[in-house]
This record gives sequence, C-alpha cells and structure tokens, in this order.
Amino acid sequence: MIDLIANFSYIVSAALFIYGLKMLGSPATARKGNILSSIGMLVAVVAALVSDGAAFEIIAGGIIIGAAIGLLAARLVAMTSMPEMVALFNGSGGAASLLVGWATLYQSTDAGISGFTAFTIALAILIGGLTFTGSLIAYGKLSEKLNSAAFVFSGQRLLNGLLLLAIAACVYRFCTDPAADSVYLYGLLGLALLLGIMAVIPIGGADMPVVISLLNSYSGIAACAAGFAINNNILIVAGSLVGASGIILTNIMCKAMNRSLANVLFSGFGAVKVGKAVEGEVKPVSVEDAYYILEAASNVCFVPGYGMAVAQAQHVVKELGHILEANGCEVSYAIHPVAGRMPGHMNVLLAEADVPYEQLVEMDDINPRIENVDVAIVIGANDVVNPSAREDEDSPIYGMPIINVDQARTVFVLKRSMASGFSGVDNPLFFGENTRMLFGDAKESISGVIGEFGS
Amino acid sequence: MDIVFLTFILVLAVFLGFELISKVPATLHTPLMSGANAISGITLAGAFVAAGISGNDMANWLGGAAVTFATINVVGGYLVTDRMLSMFKSKRSTGK
Repeated sequence: MIDLIANFSYIVSAALFIYGLKMLGSPATARKGNILSSIGMLVAVVAALVSDGAAFEIIAGGIIIGAAIGLLAARLVAMTSMPEMVALFNGSGGAASLLVGWATLYQSTDAGISGFTAFTIALAILIGGLTFTGSLIAYGKLSEKLNSAAFVFSGQRLLNGLLLLAIAACVYRFCTDPAADSVYLYGLLGLALLLGIMAVIPIGGADMPVVISLLNSYSGIAACAAGFAINNNILIVAGSLVGASGIILTNIMCKAMNRSLANVLFSGFGAVKVGKAVEGEVKPVSVEDAYYILEAASNVCFVPGYGMAVAQAQHVVKELGHILEANGCEVSYAIHPVAGRMPGHMNVLLAEADVPYEQLVEMDDINPRIENVDVAIVIGANDVVNPSAREDEDSPIYGMPIINVDQARTVFVLKRSMASGFSGVDNPLFFGENTRMLFGDAKESISGVIGEFGS
Repeated sequence: MDIVFLTFILVLAVFLGFELISKVPATLHTPLMSGANAISGITLAGAFVAAGISGNDMANWLGGAAVTFATINVVGGYLVTDRMLSMFKSKRSTGK
C-alpha cells in the first residue's frame, strides 16, 4: 500500500519536474519553474523516505551535513565563480549515483543478482565515477587551481584506448559473476575514476562550456542507471530528462564552435594547424579619446568575453551602458554562445549587474545589423570576434561563427596587453583599420571613461 | 517484464527531455543547466534504500555517503539556480 502511494507521488513529482523544466525556458517564468521543480524533488524525497526509509540516524546525518554544505556553498560563492560551483555540485551528484549502485550490491546478495541488474550497477558506477572525477578536474581548471590549458602527452590515445578495454573487460567479468567483493568491482571503481581524469585533462579552458554541459548530462545518465539498478521509476524519469537536456546543450555549444563533439573531446585546441601570422600596426587609444568617440556615438554594442569575468568588470560596464543611454544612445550587449566558461556565462554576469535581459542580444540577431553600430566595445573576448574564423582557411578556428565586430564603424578592444587569446591564435581584428586598442585592466579603463563623462 | 516497462519509461522521458529543452534562449542556458543539475540529485531517493539495508555496515556507510553527496547536489543546485534567476530582471521590473 505504502509502495503504491510512493509510486503515485513519484508521478506527481515527475509532472512537477517536467513542468518546471518547461517554465525554465522563458525568462519571465524561470524562477517559478525552478521552485516547482524543487517542490517535485521534495515530494519524491518524502515519498522515498516514507516507503524505503530505515536507519533514520544515518539518513538524518547525511541530509544535515549535505544540506549545510550545499547551503553555504550556494550562498557564499561569488557570481564570477559560478562555473566551478556548478561543476562541483554536478560531481557530487555523480558520486551519489556511484555509491547507490555500489551499495545495491550488498542488498540483493542472498537473492542473487541478475545479469541485467549487475550491468546497470556497473553502468551507475562507471558513469557516476567518471562524472565525479571529471567534474573535479573541470573544477580545478575553471578555478585555475590546475593549469587550464589542454594537457596532451604522447601515447595518450593509446593509454585511453587501453583504459576503455580494461573497463569493458571488468564490466563483462563483473556481470558474469556479480558479487560485492568481486575484484572486478574494485577494478571498475578505480578505472572509472581514472577515466574521468583522463577524459577532461586534454580539454582546454575555452572548450569548458561543452565539457560542463556534457558532464551535466552524464550525471543524469548515472542517476538513470542507478534507477534501473534499484528499480525506481522516478530516478529513471528524472535522470533521463537531465541526460537529454545536457546532450542538447552540449550540441548547441558544439554548433556554436562549428566543431563536432568528437573534435572537442579528442583534440587539444590549436594542435592541428597554425594560421597565418598577422602583421600590422595596432592603434592604441587613450581613455580621453575613447570618451569623445563614445560621447558622439548613437549606437553602442558591448561584446563581453571571459576577460570581463576575470576583471569583474560587469558592474562598471553596466554603469557605462546606463550613462550612454542617458546620453541618448542605443545600447545593446551581444553575447556569443560560447563566450565565457559555461553556457550562458555572460548572461548571468550581466544579469548580476542588473542589465535587463531585453538588452542582451544573441549573435544571429546582432550580426545582420552590426554595420549600424557606431562603436562595438570588446571586453575580454578574443576568439569569438576573430575574423580569421571567417577569412583564413588555415586558422584552427576557421568556420566558427563569430560576432562580426570588425564590420562595425569603430571597434574598441579592451585588453590587458598584446598576448594572443586562449587558443593561441593571432587576431587580425586588433590590426584592423577601424580598431582602437584600449590597453589596461578592463575595469579601470571603463571606470576611466565613466569618470570622463562625469567631468 | 520489469525491464521492458522501465525501458519504456526511459525512452519516453528522453524524447520529452529533447522536446522541452530544444527551444530555450541562450540567456537561460546557465540556470537551465544548474536547474537540471539539481534534478539529477534525485539519486537521493535511491540513497535512502541503500542507507537502510539491514545487517550490513558497509552498505550503510555507502548509503550514508550517497545521501550526503546527493543532498549537496539537490540543496546547492536549487539554491544557486534560484540565486541566479533572482537576478534576471526585465526592463519593466527594474523600473528606471
């Protein structure tokens, strides 16, 4: 009877998840959608607790510790370090699925474990483990605790191939003779954790949006596999919803870079070809001159990139945008799909600075009317505005859709110095006829311009 | 039969997921991702079973750790998503 009620509650919570995800698709209803989905989670958790809960002291302890950590982390993290926080949460979801799969082995030992159940347990351990360590590495790279460049060494592919073979062998041997003390189980555990590390180290910082959304998808698939292992509907439904949504986001990110998923995962960026060296002279501009040009402009478009996050410049950018608007100028913010380190990274930062979302425009909307933009201000973006992607067939980023700022009347590029961007590709934009370089810290430069407006 | 039934659910849910997400504007990609991430903490419901397996300390420890990790995922995920979404404002509601 209790089981029946629990299963009906699962249906309610699945409906809430689905409706919540749907509402997350529009800015006006998104917050409500998230709350609905959290109510769905509450319903599912209470139902599971009532029908399966035993050992309440263990459960209560786990929930109290987990809730405290989650609460503190979510409250204290700065908006600029959001990508690594999401990676960590994701990793803990993967770890949980791994542990559930593992613990299930102890439950059904006397009754015997069917081959199918053993296989789903192996999947939960494999995908959960790889999500866990993969997310940790992604966290390290995003927070710059690890070198964020692609880490490639000779024999890497061979090693990864052997790793996959070893995993397949372990899964096979484990499924034929499933037991909690099987050597192959421990082998699988270790190899899955190793695979997560090996899968993420060769991926460079600029490709992180793809990795984050892929890992997100994996954590859903892991939950789904754990659901099969313990015969639980809601885990399967919720897990596969997350898995599918993660795959779609991954796909959007890959398309935005004009690369296949395989290309992102298996090749270190820039290792393939070296584009033409760019020659020419850069034209620096002073803060004062920048002010005169902006003062006369009637249409200004900001193009932010990861550098804006690093310089924490989103608030001064918004302030400048506000001043320009008061000056009778049309202001917009053009955001490339892969700008920053996670999908939609720039949108979140600008939202934090109170920029209304109507002013944020996507690449495909701004490009047709970029010629009417008087001044395009590039803040800490490089590859996503690099005209080589359009013109130079030898460039490693050739074919990637970009925001065509070089076709605006004037371009300001805010840049710390003349080093090339993350991918190590030269950017002809800096040498363009209509480009002016504003060297220095982005935040200070913009504050300087704001000061000029004040005086 | 159980396997067929569960797989049936799986396939339908996957299609539903694809339908739901494919038309989301770029502005919402981060909240969507972290909101979906919070949902993947549903493993919590499964962790209760593991924590309660009787007569095996190892299983209970694993289950307890799973409860902790999954709760971090759920609580942190939803709160961070809500914090992000609370910042998304329309021009009207900023009222300037």
